[in-house]
Amino acid sequence: MIVHDVPAGVPVSDADPFADDVLKEPAPLQAELRDAGPVVFLRRYGAYGLARYEEVHAALTDWQRLQSGAGVGLSNFRYEKPWRPPSLLLEADPPRHDAPRAVLSRILGPRALRRLREAWFADAEALVDEVLAEREFDAVERIARTFPLRVFPDAVGLGPDGRENLLPYGDHAFNAFGPPNHLVEKGEPRVAELSAWVNAQCARERLAPGGFGARIWEAADKGDITHEQAPLVVRSLLTAGVDTTVHGLGAVLYAFAADPGQWRRLREDPSLARVAFDEAVRWQSPVQTFFRTAVGEVEIGGTVIPDGAKVLMFLGAANRDPRRWEDPDVFDLSRDPSAHVGFGMGVHQCVGQHVARLEAEAVLTALARRVERFELAGPPRRHLNNTLRAWESLPMRVHLA
Amino acid sequence: MASEVIGGTVELRVADKRAVADGVVALTLVRPDGRRLPDWAPGAHVDLVLPGGLTRQYSLCGDRWDAYSYRVAVLREPDGRGGSAFIHDELEVGATVGLGGPRNNFRLVPSERYLFVAGGIGITPLLPMVRQAEMLGTDWRLLYGGRSRASMAFLDELEPYGDRVTVVPQDEQGLLDLDAWLPQARPDTKVYCCGPASLLEAVERRCASWPPGLLRTERFVARVRDGARDEPFELVLARSGLTLKVPAGRSVLQALGDAGVGVLSSCRQGLCGTCETAVLEGEPDHRDALLDDAERAAGDCMFVCVSRARSERLVLDL
Ligand code: FES
Repeated sequence: MIVHDVPAGVPVSDADPFADDVLKEPAPLQAELRDAGPVVFLRRYGAYGLARYEEVHAALTDWQRLQSGAGVGLSNFRYEKPWRPPSLLLEADPPRHDAPRAVLSRILGPRALRRLREAWFADAEALVDEVLAEREFDAVERIARTFPLRVFPDAVGLGPDGRENLLPYGDHAFNAFGPPNHLVEKGEPRVAELSAWVNAQCARERLAPGGFGARIWEAADKGDITHEQAPLVVRSLLTAGVDTTVHGLGAVLYAFAADPGQWRRLREDPSLARVAFDEAVRWQSPVQTFFRTAVGEVEIGGTVIPDGAKVLMFLGAANRDPRRWEDPDVFDLSRDPSAHVGFGMGVHQCVGQHVARLEAEAVLTALARRVERFELAGPPRRHLNNTLRAWESLPMRVHLA
Repeated sequence: MASEVIGGTVELRVADKRAVADGVVALTLVRPDGRRLPDWAPGAHVDLVLPGGLTRQYSLCGDRWDAYSYRVAVLREPDGRGGSAFIHDELEVGATVGLGGPRNNFRLVPSERYLFVAGGIGITPLLPMVRQAEMLGTDWRLLYGGRSRASMAFLDELEPYGDRVTVVPQDEQGLLDLDAWLPQARPDTKVYCCGPASLLEAVERRCASWPPGLLRTERFVARVRDGARDEPFELVLARSGLTLKVPAGRSVLQALGDAGVGVLSSCRQGLCGTCETAVLEGEPDHRDALLDDAERAAGDCMFVCVSRARSERLVLDL
């Protein structure tokens, strides 16, 4: 462990936010960091941590002073070479970020998704019928992983083969935002192979006409992005579009299994499906953390963060900050979860959030018609990732309506 | 609660007003509460809702790295319908105006070279583009025409770019020599043009055979829309049968929340699209950054975090 000099006047934490026990149950450390102050120095990594809603929200929106272009993981691209060519979306700042973002937000915007709605709702019905043929199953394996992997790669326009590579690739990409710990090591043997597969899918001829991928290439033909940028923009879809949705679905299914009263409310008013998903994203925060890098000296809450320092934003902690939310640890459908930071905020706010909401709405609507009650049929198991909060397994028993 | 993130329609205060050329004033606009303004990129314009409900669109010509102020430049239009005259003659420092947007139909796309062609007040969207092209280290040129040197805004800010900028006052040198500047399409050059209709038509004519996407234009006519209202209006929720009043200065989203009707939102600035709501009757006053002109005209949906109503009554599918 490198020992970093502690700046004066800032609360210091020696905790490791990427240690297994913290990843398994982040709440105690989150509370400790929130209570320590608006800014905490994380000695182990020489980084500054923000865990309160107000500061995290402000940091997310302040792209001028807290850049993404030096990487949104611990690694500082000013000094270190990234493990893959940086993302044009996530790891770029305005002005370079503008054009890829504009193209993708058009393609993934709510009005563009309308034409997928019916098909996705029908797919969700079909999947739910299949799964409910059994009364006991693993909801992660059978629903949370299966549904996005059924509809999303088709919507992108991927070919039928190799889709099983998407999840391990995304999992590694999100691990790589953390320190080079055993989770990153675990992924390393397959990086070359998985990257090669993902990169190959980004080529124009691999992408079916009419899909998100083909539309990205059409945007390049119109000159809205360059032809060199197109494959990297497709790659962003494949990296960030699968795991996050899988874990968001896992979170909402777990919430309903843990609290049947909430499920009853959803069944009474299925139009709450979208609220339920956002509340689950607030409550579990599938993306727990992201880094920024200070541009010049940046003052936050009385602390001056030096140029080039890494700033770790604890999205999960902000989403449970009692300074912002009442009873934050409770999943509650009567709450308005709006303006949670689980999708980020500002110019980098998740460009695929409408896709995720639509997938979740389809699944929850289909389940609400047929399932009277969920219950956990065994102990759920966490999947550990340096950035993502995820379930490995959610054994469920269902009672049909 | 320390940090309630405020949503809702945004008001701007005129923090500074100054003449920047004959017949052109520049306004610096800030939020009265000192908060950040919505982000924008070169080519973006905002709707300013003037007292009395006149809505006028102006390109942002300030610095996007300054999150706390917007700058627009307004040409006095002698034949206009009163918006520019009001801004020139009556709008004072300290007064407030409503904000819609920023929206962007004129985005700066990546290119190896740019040729910017400005006519008169059409310089405003191009000014931040020039700065950005310079920052990216791109090869660029600006051709800037106007009636006379005195009528041409921002010459002082263009001065440091030296011979990348060609200034052509009509009374000294005549019209822009487009035949010399637009000889043939170069696939590595994007041409951005903004100015009066006559200039745009001349440029479009010369580029008619170019591949799509190389020429990007924005018409700088006084884009007029009347009937924005900051007064209260009636909101009818078709599914629940509720009728509400949306008071002045409160957003539809807030009014819905006050009545216990939840609509999911996120950015609360008209940027992300989360709060989209279907409109069944009435005419929305769009203040978002998302809808294009055709979608705005269709009037069948709105972003309730910022948009209001131009009609007395709005019926939503809620
Ligand atoms: S909440 Fe983002 S557009 Fe309304």
